[in-house]
Amino acid sequence: MSISLLPSESPLQFLRPDGTLAENTPNLGLSSEQLVNMYRTMVRTRTLDTLAISLQRQGQLGVWASSRGQEGGQVGCAFAMEDRDWSFSTYREHAIAIHKGVPFDALLRQYKGEWFGLFDPKEYRFAPHSIPIATHLLHAVGYAHAAKLAGDDLVAFGFVGDGATSEGDFHEALNFASVLDAPVVFFVQNNGFAISTPTRMQTRAPSLAHKAIGYGIQGYQVDGNDVLASYHTTRTAVTEARATGRPALIEAHTYRMQPHTTADDDTRYRDTDDAEEWAAKDPILRFEKLLRSTGDLNDEIIETIASEANEESLSIRSQVTTAQPPPVAEGFNHVYENIPPHLALQRDAVLNEIQEAGL
Amino acid sequence: MSYTMAEALNAALHDAMADDDQVVVLGEDVATLGGVFRITVDLQRKFGEKRIFDTPLAESGIVGTAIGMAMYGMRPVVEIQFDGFLYPAFEQLVCHVAKMRNRTMGSLQLPMVIRIPYGGGIGAVEHHSESPESYFMHTAGLKVYTPGTPQDAYSMLRDAIADPDPVVFFEPKRRYYEKADGTLPIRTEPVGTAVVRTTGDTATIVAYGPMIPTALEAAELAKEEGWSLEVVDLRSLNPIDYDTVIASVKKTGRAVVVHEAPMTLGPGAEIAARIQEGAFYSLEAPVQRVTGWDTPYPPALLEEEFLPSPDTILNAVERALEF
Repeated sequence: MSISLLPSESPLQFLRPDGTLAENTPNLGLSSEQLVNMYRTMVRTRTLDTLAISLQRQGQLGVWASSRGQEGGQVGCAFAMEDRDWSFSTYREHAIAIHKGVPFDALLRQYKGEWFGLFDPKEYRFAPHSIPIATHLLHAVGYAHAAKLAGDDLVAFGFVGDGATSEGDFHEALNFASVLDAPVVFFVQNNGFAISTPTRMQTRAPSLAHKAIGYGIQGYQVDGNDVLASYHTTRTAVTEARATGRPALIEAHTYRMQPHTTADDDTRYRDTDDAEEWAAKDPILRFEKLLRSTGDLNDEIIETIASEANEESLSIRSQVTTAQPPPVAEGFNHVYENIPPHLALQRDAVLNEIQEAGL
Repeated sequence: MSYTMAEALNAALHDAMADDDQVVVLGEDVATLGGVFRITVDLQRKFGEKRIFDTPLAESGIVGTAIGMAMYGMRPVVEIQFDGFLYPAFEQLVCHVAKMRNRTMGSLQLPMVIRIPYGGGIGAVEHHSESPESYFMHTAGLKVYTPGTPQDAYSMLRDAIADPDPVVFFEPKRRYYEKADGTLPIRTEPVGTAVVRTTGDTATIVAYGPMIPTALEAAELAKEEGWSLEVVDLRSLNPIDYDTVIASVKKTGRAVVVHEAPMTLGPGAEIAARIQEGAFYSLEAPVQRVTGWDTPYPPALLEEEFLPSPDTILNAVERALEF
């Protein structure tokens, strides 16, 4: 096995925090329109994420896991995906969902408690996000393997955070993908924390990307706040996976600017200095600086993008605040294709009780 | 002409794969070897490496990968090598296999089968004789089937593979080499219905899987006592055909539930509760349970005492008659 499977010593970075490009930046082949679209997706993600936090504080959502600060890595990755590629994600890949076209009000209504999955995953190639950590990476492997057997050249993407790399299913998924030649891109966002536990308490590997060599697959390290490096790295990995079936492991180094979820208190474990240091590396600000310098963005375009995102946010807010509980029978009707007798009896008994109580 | 339960299961897999090219088989040692019990023997030779393949040794990985394949539209049939090695896959089964249809309101279905050789009576080492069916009967979204005869082994596995819902398919490994007369293919009653194996009016014996031959033997011996036992084979443990069970108990007035799984919160607990709900005024005695002990599965030299036998079943019938 070649030593070349090891990732680079340090994360790949093209776009520096000050908005300038590194000298080694290749021609990424992105049109001005694509660059502005990437920026727009980042702004939309942050705006809708901010809306979600506010809705949670108003009692509209049970909880919310913010993606703030992680938009660069996610959007770079999303733009390297083809429409036919599938996402198998956690609860924090909001930019991927937005890029895939998942109706964001449906995601928020899930967190309100209307139902667990309010959109058809097949329509958006976006699997219902998985809360049990790392379990869905295996679904990505199976999906990609089945597609390959069927002669369908899609790639499956498995998204997790740093904590997930300690789970057994992370190991099993990387190993299965490698052994089966399943075209999967494993995209790990190392945002520094698994709830409160820092990454150094998850592993003593030189990097999470170094774990790839243990499975005979290629590892990559990338600056997760650099949308261009993320795009370039993901495109490299996905092109290889599509052509050869070989999976890849990408570690995007980023920082979780918000608590784990709205239910978390990050003052108990986080230095404010760290957050300030990372705020200066913000993925949106640095990309905005670059695109201003290249003339792709100006005040007018930025203002338009911001106001469109705000309008979208307002419209989604009203869809969420007016969402209603589903009929009680729905709690029973989707467990099996055909409801079995014992469940039908239970459903009818519940409905009768509700009716008799005049509710 | 005759065939064994193992041959019936192999034939069911073969015929399902021949009929539907979306049926795929995966698991540990299933392809080249044909499985440690040879249930998948010769399938790779006939259908090739794309249709049946060996996996790395990791049960969560096997079930999780099968989930993804089912999401794509295939019908994976997974083999877990032994009951006691199932537990690494528990999270995938409970969190995902059972819930995918419900959480997506039917957008994503998982038509997959998890085959598990289960139960004792083969003199095995630790972790090779367990009866974990209660866990899966308790988990909404899963179906749980277990055949008690070679005929049902064929027919129910075909039904399980064709089912749009995920099925945990428990195979009574001590009965793999039981024979049936006749030829395959054979179709029996639709799965989901219980079957009365032998009729009687002294007491109802409710059993399934490996306990069917045991219960039938008890029914045969009971004749010497002048008793006629009605043996109800549940076949499906989730859902359970309570109509058939309750109709039988209303006729006999006495019920004995038999399983290898431990007593506490075993299938017999739920079945006894349903019988008292549905046949309260017909009962002449409390519902009896003949089960494994509430202990870890014992070492092989003690398993004869642990497992229900015709004698312990007849003792329970006697308790019910003398109540």
